Amino acid sequence: MRQFQGRVVAPGTVTAPALVSHGGLNTLASFQKALQFGDKKATCGDQNNPDLYGKEMLGKALCLPQTIGSTTGGLVLYCACAMERQPACMLFSKPIDSLAAAGSILASVWLEGVSMPVVDNLGDEFLEYVKEGMTVTVKDGGLVCVE
Amino acid sequence: MILTPEQQAMLEGAQGETMAKVMKTLVMYGETFGADKLVPVTSQYNHLVTSFGLKMMTPVFDLMQQLIDAGTLSRQKFSVDPRPLDKNVPSNFLQDLVFNKFMYSTQGSYEQQLEKLGLMNEDAFTCACYFDQVGNKPGKGEILSWAESSAVVYANSVLGARCNRNSGIMDIMGSIAGYVPHFGLLTDEGRKAAWVVKVQCKKKPEAQLLGSAIGMKVMEDVPYITGMEPWLGTDLTDEVCAYLKDFGAATASNGAVGLYHVENLTPEAKEQGRSLIAEGAKEYVIDDAELERVQKSYPVMWKNPDADPKLCFIGCPHLSMEQLISWTQRVEEGLKASGSKKVSIPTVFTTAPAVLKEFEKTPYAPRLKAAGVVLSYICPLMYMNNPLCAKMRVITCSNKLRTYTTARYYTEEEILAKITKGGK
Repeated sequence: MRQFQGRVVAPGTVTAPALVSHGGLNTLASFQKALQFGDKKATCGDQNNPDLYGKEMLGKALCLPQTIGSTTGGLVLYCACAMERQPACMLFSKPIDSLAAAGSILASVWLEGVSMPVVDNLGDEFLEYVKEGMTVTVKDGGLVCVE
Repeated sequence: MILTPEQQAMLEGAQGETMAKVMKTLVMYGETFGADKLVPVTSQYNHLVTSFGLKMMTPVFDLMQQLIDAGTLSRQKFSVDPRPLDKNVPSNFLQDLVFNKFMYSTQGSYEQQLEKLGLMNEDAFTCACYFDQVGNKPGKGEILSWAESSAVVYANSVLGARCNRNSGIMDIMGSIAGYVPHFGLLTDEGRKAAWVVKVQCKKKPEAQLLGSAIGMKVMEDVPYITGMEPWLGTDLTDEVCAYLKDFGAATASNGAVGLYHVENLTPEAKEQGRSLIAEGAKEYVIDDAELERVQKSYPVMWKNPDADPKLCFIGCPHLSMEQLISWTQRVEEGLKASGSKKVSIPTVFTTAPAVLKEFEKTPYAPRLKAAGVVLSYICPLMYMNNPLCAKMRVITCSNKLRTYTTARYYTEEEILAKITKGGK
């Protein structure tokens, strides 16, 4: 087991299986099918992301460097949270980007009872260590345990 | 973050609970990125990314209604991304049914919300709001609260305005409060280049390919691009601006670029030169082979990659007047060379409603129509965002459309050959 210390962007604690993207997560491309056509497991639809394409994101500890792509990204994430199709948590190796930050902040301020802990700045080593299916626990204060 | 007394009062509810939540959103957003203050939005107009009444976006419409009900409206008028529907674009009965009855059934009510919130006018639906005909063109140094990745990167890079890559919804929050957090691309430091991109191609690089290659490499960083002078010169002509529009859209959708500098061309690069390059900047060399490698890396999402295309979209981002005229001439020349009268694949050119109206007044409009090309104000990306259209074999020279849909990318010359001469 290894622990990584990051920064809390959206608070919360959770334990979930890891899903790992080594490239940037294109939020619109990844979530649009899931939100639009009733896929309750939020299957990733981003053809340019070989790590995630076709995999279920719902309830997973989504480990990634950052999100990329269209500026609808934040509102797509906000909608995913409102429709309860969000990952269990989002764990960024790099400093969070403006779109992912917007989505998690909007959900935190404007939605009642939604939980999606977000931690950033976990470092490149985190993304090198964590593998799909490993158990990830997000603790208070931005501490992330991977086993 | 240090707030002024007025901002602090807004945060504490002096202008109502809803405005307090708007301020809380902006403050949290700023604090996440180490913003030191909120600064006034100085542009005349805002630009929003959310133009589509997709049923999946009900949570967004609910939030918009909260704002309207509380009288917490935008202080600026705004333009917004293109409409997702246009009856001029080819579609079958089933598609029409799905579009109008299911997917975009809330389009009308959402447009009513936009009017109440501050829409500029009924023609203000375009991703290229900075076109002269549209009238939302900020000046150098102005502070924006825009979203729409292609518009933000254009405003920052070509116009020299200052705007972060704001998300949808966050865009209108800044416009309602009249303030945005001061960080990232709003700061001098944030506009420094972390990459030097050396373009060493032997022929003019395809804008959408070059942008894609750079976006994939630098991700969210600012690139300083050298070696483009032989093809783009040193003046921002209409043709060069159109090139940079398409280039920037590809950097922003294939990566997360919000600002680029082109040596001796874009305003800040002209003024500040290589002092814009940050210490320790990385280097990326692009030649013809690299662009070929990037193009070959694109996955083909068609069930049968050898099948004939059924539809062609050109204009994501929307085409400028200069591009519409240029494309009309190129299509005519292509048809003449192949001895054809009309395009061999149903083809749609997309542009801003205000540009479309102006283009219709030119002699090129009937010529384009005679060539069989449909002119539309639609958002091709939104058109294709459904299982029915996802199965259609659509070709495009837009890297943004390729990224978000099953559309297959070809260079402009390849597209031209396909629509004027047929072929696979």
